[in-house]
Amino acid sequence: MSDFPFLSVLTVAPLVGAVVVALLPRNRPTLAKQVALGWSLLVLALSVVMWVAFQVDGDRFQFRESYPWIPNWGVNFTFAADGIALVMLMLIAVLVPLVILASWHDAESSKRSVPVYFALLLVLECTMIGVFAAADVFLFYVFFEVMLVPMYFLIGSYGGHQRQYAAVKFFLYSLVGGLFMLAAVIGLWVVGGKTFDWVALSQVDISTGTERWLFLGFFVAFAIKAPFFPFHTWLPDAGGAAPAGAAALLVGVLDKVGTFGIIRYCLPLFPDAAQWFAPWALGLAVIGIIYAALLAVGQNDLKRLVSYTSIAHFGFIGVGLFAFTTQAGTGAVLYMVNHGLATGLLFLVVGMLIARRGSALVSDFGGAGKLVPVLAGVLFFAGLASLALPGTAPFVSEFLVLIGTFTVNKPVAVIATLGIILAAAYVLWMVQRTTQGTLNPALTEIDAMKRDLNLREKFVVAPLIALIVIFGFYPKPLTDVINPAVQATMQDVGRTDPAPSVDSVQEATR
Amino acid sequence: MTPEFVLPPIDYAALAPILIMMGAAVLGVLVEAFVPRRLRHPIQLPLALLAVLAALTMVVVNADKRVITIGVIAIDGPTLFLQGAILALSAVALLLVGERAIERGGAFVAQAAITADSPDDRRQAANAGGAGEVYPLVTFAVGGMLIFVAANDLLTMFIALEVFSLPLYLLCALARRRRLLSQEAAMKYFLLGAYASAFFLFGVALLYGFTAGMGERPAAVDFATIHAAVANSTQSPVLLFAGMALVSIGLLFKAAAAPFHVWTPDVYQGAPTPITGFMAACTKVAAFGALLRVFHVAFEGARWDFTPVLGAVAVLTMLVGAVLAVTQTDIKRLLAYSSIANAGYLLVGVLAPGQEGLSGTMFYLVAYGFTVLAAFAVVTLVRDADGEATHLSRWAGLGRLSPVYASVFTFILLAFAGIPLTSGFMSKFAVFGPALEGGHAWLVIVGVLTSMVLAFPYLRVVVMMWLSEPGESTPTVTVPGGLTSAALVIGVLATLVLGVVPGPLLDLASGAADFVR
Repeated sequence: MSDFPFLSVLTVAPLVGAVVVALLPRNRPTLAKQVALGWSLLVLALSVVMWVAFQVDGDRFQFRESYPWIPNWGVNFTFAADGIALVMLMLIAVLVPLVILASWHDAESSKRSVPVYFALLLVLECTMIGVFAAADVFLFYVFFEVMLVPMYFLIGSYGGHQRQYAAVKFFLYSLVGGLFMLAAVIGLWVVGGKTFDWVALSQVDISTGTERWLFLGFFVAFAIKAPFFPFHTWLPDAGGAAPAGAAALLVGVLDKVGTFGIIRYCLPLFPDAAQWFAPWALGLAVIGIIYAALLAVGQNDLKRLVSYTSIAHFGFIGVGLFAFTTQAGTGAVLYMVNHGLATGLLFLVVGMLIARRGSALVSDFGGAGKLVPVLAGVLFFAGLASLALPGTAPFVSEFLVLIGTFTVNKPVAVIATLGIILAAAYVLWMVQRTTQGTLNPALTEIDAMKRDLNLREKFVVAPLIALIVIFGFYPKPLTDVINPAVQATMQDVGRTDPAPSVDSVQEATR
Repeated sequence: MTPEFVLPPIDYAALAPILIMMGAAVLGVLVEAFVPRRLRHPIQLPLALLAVLAALTMVVVNADKRVITIGVIAIDGPTLFLQGAILALSAVALLLVGERAIERGGAFVAQAAITADSPDDRRQAANAGGAGEVYPLVTFAVGGMLIFVAANDLLTMFIALEVFSLPLYLLCALARRRRLLSQEAAMKYFLLGAYASAFFLFGVALLYGFTAGMGERPAAVDFATIHAAVANSTQSPVLLFAGMALVSIGLLFKAAAAPFHVWTPDVYQGAPTPITGFMAACTKVAAFGALLRVFHVAFEGARWDFTPVLGAVAVLTMLVGAVLAVTQTDIKRLLAYSSIANAGYLLVGVLAPGQEGLSGTMFYLVAYGFTVLAAFAVVTLVRDADGEATHLSRWAGLGRLSPVYASVFTFILLAFAGIPLTSGFMSKFAVFGPALEGGHAWLVIVGVLTSMVLAFPYLRVVVMMWLSEPGESTPTVTVPGGLTSAALVIGVLATLVLGVVPGPLLDLASGAADFVR
């Protein structure tokens, strides 16, 4: 079964689905939704089969396929997945059907073609899968850039207030990063002997100066994508303007391409430069944690608030990546998955609230829990998951990151811990102002606010809640897959975990 | 014994594409003279298209030929590749030129001699059939371009330059509407073009003087002699540098490189749109074909001397094109500045040493030509009662009114912006890769930075079309006739195919990337 070309089929399948959905007649929107949902469930089923077929103790890269594309430049359609890519692919496959289900009525309010909205979501899924499955730097770059196009139209055509501004800002920021990366990709190709194969490139010796420049080219692109402070300003705008489903994908998956790119490309391909730049990256990450958390506390717009919390969380992931210990690395990758689940849930729930109220402002709510108790409960749960309460999945990853960092860099770990306190502040205060306290009389006049979660919405939130709780208590299925890949990456970087503290840390995590 | 006159051996097969185009042009003039007016258009268009196809066939037949015939025409890989490119692109341009379904009578004035804005002029604009002489003019221009990229000495190159420039000056003046703008454009193009020709000729004279210093070998301006002189001449290098600079100015003018670009926006805006497309695609190929040959064959030995200067020109061109594109409010002027910036990227390719730079530049020329033709094809479609609506504000909400053409134009703009899976991305890679390899990292960095700047104006048009609401003045999009549709489909398909499977054309280009000397 492992001979089956999982990755290429997974990449192409959503694209085919998108074409089918786009060709459906415009006046039959329900059919388009059903086909899109069915198609994304097919993709999910296939990726579950792939998950089962993945051998935990097997090779680092599995499901490798390679077909020639542009022989003159040594470009191939090479797909391969390590544990890190695998968990991200699973995250995409899980999130997309839920987002489609959650966005059931989103496109109708925009007066634009409904089938096109769902087709764009499927195109986005294709590019997201491709970017994580690619093992050829050129192919990765192609998906990295093409990914912008469906997202641009999702924000620009179907978004809310200030959508044009947000869409253009998103596109330009990402394109600027992408073009820096293009220069670095070409440079890597030249010094690497005209090949784009990841495995071949990871063995090339690069002179120190060149390596640092190439690292910077890649890092800037990924730091904009992730986004890290100070490249983050596009995310609150894009996240605030995008329809809730698209925003969940944007923050839940798309931004992970940045952190994934760092662990897959920046660290193993440019190990010395990565170590040289690590203090700077750690500094940016720590600033991001504190700064974004403070801004989140001050936000009055729900979607922008969630976007800022994400920037803070990306700070944690950045700390984990550049601490260069196995725990921290595993924690960072685990965080990428868990954050996708938790923030995805938070975005979707917030989206449901906003759809009912017709406003995204915190001050327009107040005591909503009295009208929609289940929805308020889910929001509370999503908030707790987002602040990494023990028992929810993000706690495990945040803990691993802090432990792994503490063994090698105490100041960073200590400062980062402050972020947890701030997280409690922004989440709890947001929950309190929207769903607790005295009922805002304006809410009672809106009929929609009296309808609690319907069956469709329950189907959206239930799987995410279940996954967050399961992985909160039993993260082993994920860590088993992630650990070998992270260890291999740390070997590429040439860092070994500090021996004495490893034992004590393992004691502590048991 | 009286010396016998011996005809130089002439390889007619190698010259066939040129001969066919020139013959067809002469035939076109005769048709114009003797055939009744209403029959001219139906005869001229097929005649021109047939000639282009026949010439293209001969280029394919000649594919393996590598000769210099009668000493002045070099038929080698780059010549054949570029001739093929010019012919293929001009076939598409001819489809736009020949379109008469969008506007009654086509895009050209019926009689250029009618005073602009007179009652006669309004009558011709309303319903008279366009002038038939555009076809022989285009055919002459194509023939001149075919010689231009094959010329093996500077004098032949100069003659070819004039042969293709003069028809272009005329063609620019033949717009059906906004005729004063069109005539002004032609005048500007002609005057500046004449200066450029004079510079070129003066440069040729200086280089002739430079080659005189080689003892045995007589002075001449063919490229082999110049190449030898660069290495051996005892003449002052000032002659070489001044000659090289002046010749370059003449060529860079045609290529629309800064600081010799100032004519571009005005001419692109004033000329009839099919001719603008023809110039943006075919003239670019011809100009860069000549630049490649001059710098790779004649001045190769002086690479260290010209690289900094030409590099500075490339940087300036990219910056000027990108920065000024941001401020444009007219779609044709925007595309003009974009074409200037693209000339900068092409210069990066010209500077990249070796075969890879050469093949990358040739790939870029073909890819860009098809995309830009498709872009101008869309421009001809967006119109109101007064002709084309080129002001950007008029394009607001176009996506709502005609999603198909807005999608097509969006795709074209994404290709210009260099998004992967379009030919624009592949061609950027094709020139930046060899440039970086040749040690010109600074050029690549400027190229990347200006690409970022350029993305903004393109994106602005996309925003206009899709994310703005249609206003009252949003023009309609005319349903194109068969010819424009065909041109559009060819241009867009080429942009897509070259972006997804560039391999075959890259193979062809790298197989052809070897000059004879």
